[in-house]
Amino acid sequence: MPRISVKVDGVTYDDDVEPRLLLVHYLRDWLGKVGTPIGCDTTNCGACTVLMDGSSVKSCSVLAVQADGSEVTTIEGLAADGQMHPMQKSFHEEHALQCGYCTPGMILAATDLLRDNPNPSDDEIRDGLEGNLCRCTGYQNIVRAVRRAAAEMTESAAATDPKEARV
Amino acid sequence: MIPAQFEYTAPTTVDEAVSALAQGGEEAKVLAGGQSLMPLLRLRLAYPELLVDLNRVAELRGVRDEGDSLVIGAMTTHHTVVRDPLVNQHCALIALATATVADPAVRHRGTFGGSLAHADPAGDLPAVTVALDAEMIATGPNGQRTIPAGEFFADYLTSTLQPGEILVGVRVPKLAGWGFHYEKFNRVAQAWAVVGVAAAVRRANGNIAEARVGLTNMGATPVRARAVESAVQGTQAAPAALHEAASQAAEGTHPPSDLHGQADYRRHLAQVLTGRALAAAARV
Ligand SMILES: Cc1cc2nc3c(=O)[nH]c(=O)nc-3n(C[C@H](O)[C@H](O)[C@H](O)COP(=O)(O)OP(=O)(O)OC[C@H]3O[C@@H](n4cnc5c(N)ncnc54)[C@H](O)[C@@H]3O)c2cc1C
Ligand code: FES
Ligand code: FES
Repeated sequence: MPRISVKVDGVTYDDDVEPRLLLVHYLRDWLGKVGTPIGCDTTNCGACTVLMDGSSVKSCSVLAVQADGSEVTTIEGLAADGQMHPMQKSFHEEHALQCGYCTPGMILAATDLLRDNPNPSDDEIRDGLEGNLCRCTGYQNIVRAVRRAAAEMTESAAATDPKEARV
Repeated sequence: MIPAQFEYTAPTTVDEAVSALAQGGEEAKVLAGGQSLMPLLRLRLAYPELLVDLNRVAELRGVRDEGDSLVIGAMTTHHTVVRDPLVNQHCALIALATATVADPAVRHRGTFGGSLAHADPAGDLPAVTVALDAEMIATGPNGQRTIPAGEFFADYLTSTLQPGEILVGVRVPKLAGWGFHYEKFNRVAQAWAVVGVAAAVRRANGNIAEARVGLTNMGATPVRARAVESAVQGTQAAPAALHEAASQAAEGTHPPSDLHGQADYRRHLAQVLTGRALAAAARV
């Protein structure tokens, strides 16, 4: 069995895995990271979205062996120093979830979107999240939450970087 | 579901990949972005015994300038293609169409070569390569060969790649001074095209000097709308004339009937969308 070394949410794990093991099953069943749910068999729903080397991927369509040598961030690794990530906080404050099943994937896809485009329009937010399906909310509050997080993250970046504050 | 068991190898050069594939024989399969193959494995619609993963073959990634043409490496991801400066400067149609493929997470892993080798008639990129007269570069146990895009797509989910061959790249002629548009009709975000139209247009003195039109999902393979291309040549670059020429878009096509639309509906769509695509490409 191939041996892999993967850094997940800041901790490095070394394991012997079967080639057919999906990354999402590795995260859930081997590492106990059940914050990453599975919603489909067809790579459509986006519930399993994680960041792999900083980019959003659907972890149900990546093999664990393919993650060898890379860094994975799940919803469980997003908070820092006991503080929720601004995107998590905005989802909470804007009531951007009901059952919560889509939320981990939605939040990770949204952080990936802001990395590319720190100040997206509502249409760009909807486009950026098109790979994440929510069966509960109707998306309105999700878009609102992403907008709010974008504003807060730009503001706090400006506060820490005086050069940014002038533009 | 959990895929059936398979062996796995991740070569780092094309030569290693070709020999791994040869050793695996008929039960070996190439793994590119996995965005079509992984769902097939999970649904147990495919049972390869060996997966040859191309993700660590660096020479298959990226876009190369070859003077009159670009060569897009097979493992270049959709995400990279959309943003690549050379593609946007010389073959913008590819970037425009790729931006409509799937969603950001799928575009991070899915590859240009994988989308072509998969040969799905509903895929957006096959019709684009056919419209641009691209050439597929394949490497196998007997060396390298090029296949014109028009001869690459054999049937539904079937290309003319031979067993043991790997698609390594695609050569796309540069088109200077042309206008481009990809018009895709789908029902919901992230969905495949019910019909798609790839158009490239060269204008001269207010007329259409030359046009190329490729159709997505109007048959088992992507097709050129040749009747439209000849009808449009020399006409005025004006919406009415372009829509008139577009009325021939469904000629000679055999579109499928499925839950997304009946064949006659697709014929109608092809005409309307071709008119829009030509007008947008001609900037009128
Ligand atoms: C939710 C979702 C929505 C999608 N929507 C669209 C859409 O709107 N439009 C669209 O065009 N596509 C769409 N796709 C498909 C996507 O574009 C895939 O990236 C593409 O079909 C396959 O590329 P891949 O690199 O993932 O290939 P893989 O899935 O790895 O491989 C696909 C097939 O091609 C073979 N193959 C791959 N690369 C090579 C090669 N270099 N040489 C020889 N054989 C090779 C494999 O063996 C396999 O049989 C969607 C996919 C998903 C999951
Ligand atoms: S579980 Fe649905 S996309 Fe991964
Ligand atoms: S909150 Fe229930 S699926 Fe999105």
